[in-house]
Amino acid sequence: MLMLKINGKEVKVDAEPDTPLLWVLRGELHMNGTKFGCGMALCGTCTVHLDGEPVRSCVTPISEIGARNITTIEGLQGSEAEALKTAWTELDVVQCGYCQSGQLMSASALLKKTPNPSDADIDAAMSGNICRCGTYPRIRAAIHQAAGKKGA
Amino acid sequence: MKRRTFLLGTAGAAGALMVGWSILPPRQRLMTAQTLPVREGQVALNGWVKIAADDSVTVVMSKSEMGQGIYTGLAMLLAEELDADWARVRIEQSPIDGIYNNLAAVVDGLPFHPDDDSAITRLVGWITKKTVREIGIMVTGGSSSIKDLWLPMREAGASARAMLIGAAAEQWKVPPGECRAETGRVLHASGKSASFGELAALAGRQPLPGGVSLKEPARFKLVGQSVRRIEARSKLDGTAQFGMDVLLPGMLYASVSMCPTLGGKVARFESAAAAKLPGVKKVLAIDAYNGGSGGVAVIADTPFHAMRALEKVSVEWDHGAAAGVSSAAVYRRLTQTLDKESGHAYYSHGDADAALKSAAKTLSAEYSAPYLAHAAMEPMNCTAQFKDGMATVWAGVQSPTLARNHAAKVLGIATEKVDVREQLLGGGFGRRWEVDVVSQAAAIAREAGGVPVQTFWSREQDMAHDYYRPACVSRFKAGLDAAGNLIAWHNSAAGQAIVLSSLKRNFGLPGAGPDKTTDEGAFDQPYEWPNARIGYEIVDLPVPVGFWRSVGHSHHAFFKESFIDEAAAAAGRDPVEFRAALLVRHPRQLRVLKRAAELSGWGMPLAPGDDGATRARGVALHQSFGSVVAQVAEVSVGADKSIRVHRVVCVVDCGMPVNPNLIRQQMESAIVFGLSAALYQEIEIKNGQVQQSNYHDFQVLRMDACPVIETDIIPSSEHPEGVGEPGTPPIAPAVANALYALTGQRLRALPLKLA
Ligand code: FES
Ligand code: FES
Repeated sequence: MLMLKINGKEVKVDAEPDTPLLWVLRGELHMNGTKFGCGMALCGTCTVHLDGEPVRSCVTPISEIGARNITTIEGLQGSEAEALKTAWTELDVVQCGYCQSGQLMSASALLKKTPNPSDADIDAAMSGNICRCGTYPRIRAAIHQAAGKKGA
Repeated sequence: MKRRTFLLGTAGAAGALMVGWSILPPRQRLMTAQTLPVREGQVALNGWVKIAADDSVTVVMSKSEMGQGIYTGLAMLLAEELDADWARVRIEQSPIDGIYNNLAAVVDGLPFHPDDDSAITRLVGWITKKTVREIGIMVTGGSSSIKDLWLPMREAGASARAMLIGAAAEQWKVPPGECRAETGRVLHASGKSASFGELAALAGRQPLPGGVSLKEPARFKLVGQSVRRIEARSKLDGTAQFGMDVLLPGMLYASVSMCPTLGGKVARFESAAAAKLPGVKKVLAIDAYNGGSGGVAVIADTPFHAMRALEKVSVEWDHGAAAGVSSAAVYRRLTQTLDKESGHAYYSHGDADAALKSAAKTLSAEYSAPYLAHAAMEPMNCTAQFKDGMATVWAGVQSPTLARNHAAKVLGIATEKVDVREQLLGGGFGRRWEVDVVSQAAAIAREAGGVPVQTFWSREQDMAHDYYRPACVSRFKAGLDAAGNLIAWHNSAAGQAIVLSSLKRNFGLPGAGPDKTTDEGAFDQPYEWPNARIGYEIVDLPVPVGFWRSVGHSHHAFFKESFIDEAAAAAGRDPVEFRAALLVRHPRQLRVLKRAAELSGWGMPLAPGDDGATRARGVALHQSFGSVVAQVAEVSVGADKSIRVHRVVCVVDCGMPVNPNLIRQQMESAIVFGLSAALYQEIEIKNGQVQQSNYHDFQVLRMDACPVIETDIIPSSEHPEGVGEPGTPPIAPAVANALYALTGQRLRALPLKLA
């Protein structure tokens, strides 16, 4: 038995300590907004925040999380997240949508740290998130737009 | 003359299947066999739309949403003619019914040149449509959805509008001709007005209108607008439900491991160690379904328990027929075939051989493309329950009909006993047309005592058990006259046949005869070659092949547009001008080409980028799925020979643009998809086993390598054509041609690698 802090709530988890966080979210807690894509930290669909840092939940055993706050797409809030979701909507970013939880988690962590990211910052922060539908040009534009709106 | 004989032959072969059906009266596409289920206060006005007392308009979706935005596009068509209030439009997945069968995709599969408008082609097209209406299937693919439903959705909207107007007229005791509909209300000249919701119940009792007239395009309010994607919100907060997200009370999870050799199966397995692990319910062997591979499955209480226990199952495999197959052997087999054969002629005009002999200059080349996986972001999965002789299947599939049929077959029950609940697809690209995982899930559910089980694949299983884009080798000869005009074109290619293998595994039909998808992109292009012969030889190999975004076009466009570039270079002519000279009687194609040249600054000097590297442009023009696309790519090369694509200008003529923003989105998507293949991807087979396993060795373009993409849509009032796939074919040759311009190296194999 382990305690995790997920989206501001203490949650009791009944899983083996080496279980990756992704599978605790999906398989035990039925929070299915976080997606499985590769299981090897290659695609970014499973990205969540640990104390605001983006991590790949598919390779993060729950035993390593400790007291850190876990934020998932279901609990993603705040001015960065809102600005991003607005930009995502206005620029019609999503296609199939499967990667988009991960994209938003990575993008919101980026904006928190770097409120006005350059293209190079976006490349560095977002290149771990694959989108097989190729929404990259719009993701880039939406991050810039969200950064602009937030700063204004 | 040869060509005529072939066309007649095709009609005759299909005719045998049709006799029994063509005597039935034609059935319209408005009413389902069984009226649609409705909730309290809701009325189904036909098989495509329901209206509720709360004014919501629910448009029934017969196609699968896999990212292409079809929910939005189809809802727009119906809402347009209904004069609905777009803010009140909702969507709902349809049941399985004949009115939803896809006619356009099948007609597009006929092996005719698009310029061929002979009576025979039209007749075969008509008969095929009629047949598909009766015995066809529901399928999303072939960039056909808007094309297929352009009229039916609008007719359904117009018909529902007439019923609402009829209801208002009856209530107000005025002639229907004095009423009109506007933004979700019916209005009368007197100032009376009622909302659709208020009229719904009465409208439901109106007779189905005999005939309705559709709007002139000039009166469109929604169609032609960049309406935002209707399901987008749910994809931003984690609530969108993909197949893998299905949650059911008491459900279990099954993780599977298939024989690493394609088509192999389990000889024996040892499950004692796995069975002892937490959460494990059952370990079982599963057959090879739908031309795939057999394997073992662990059913457990959670996905992780199932995956972990699976690692502890030891299996002895029976490797089967593909054990000796390797990519190198496939390539040898294809080139040896071409040494002997020039293939079935899908197109022939003039006398290519004689023209080659008389040419002032000739050139020849051999091109090749590898097998490719789809690698959609959501790994293959399907949830199934088998209880009291009835089955329920939850999955994101491109053809619910096929899913239903195969679940029924595995379980030995009638198709009516299977209920398919379509989910969102985390990418399809042709992979989710195949229902191997549905068969597997049904077989696994049968062993689970009536509980729903989600069968899901790891990325590794998904990569190693795909239906791959076939490998292909293509040889060209061209002849130029003394003035540098292209007078001869000879092309023969060899590879596997997609439709034939798909017919066999999915419908149990014998795979024989010509298969359009093998040579599409080579034979069906607009170039006015004075003398041409274009053929394809089908080679049977034990590697499962399938539909991969743009299918035959995906590799033939690379071959053809590269070799045209070679011919232009041999003639010492500009690549755009050289192509234009072959499109004199094709104003539509010429316009697209010229526009791309203009927008890209073709012929103007190109400044080096921020990195100081020299850049060059390459062009490609290709026609597929009824649409014409030209692309100009700007590339540079790094010190390590890495290829960098900076900017892509894309011009598309897809007939009337229904939603320009979604069209642009699909062009961007198709270009990125094609670039991934052009720059990185290759599925390599050794001893019958796929060597790639995940996104590190089957790479996908990432943010840092993504070019700027500018899309221009040619205004048109023609029938809308496909947009999901036509953006993919031109990108590889545009990049390859740019690399030639930059380095002088002609790259004739994919993925592109500079020496
Ligand atoms: S599933 Fe975690 S990075 Fe791909
Ligand atoms: S939107 Fe489909 S994978 Fe990104």
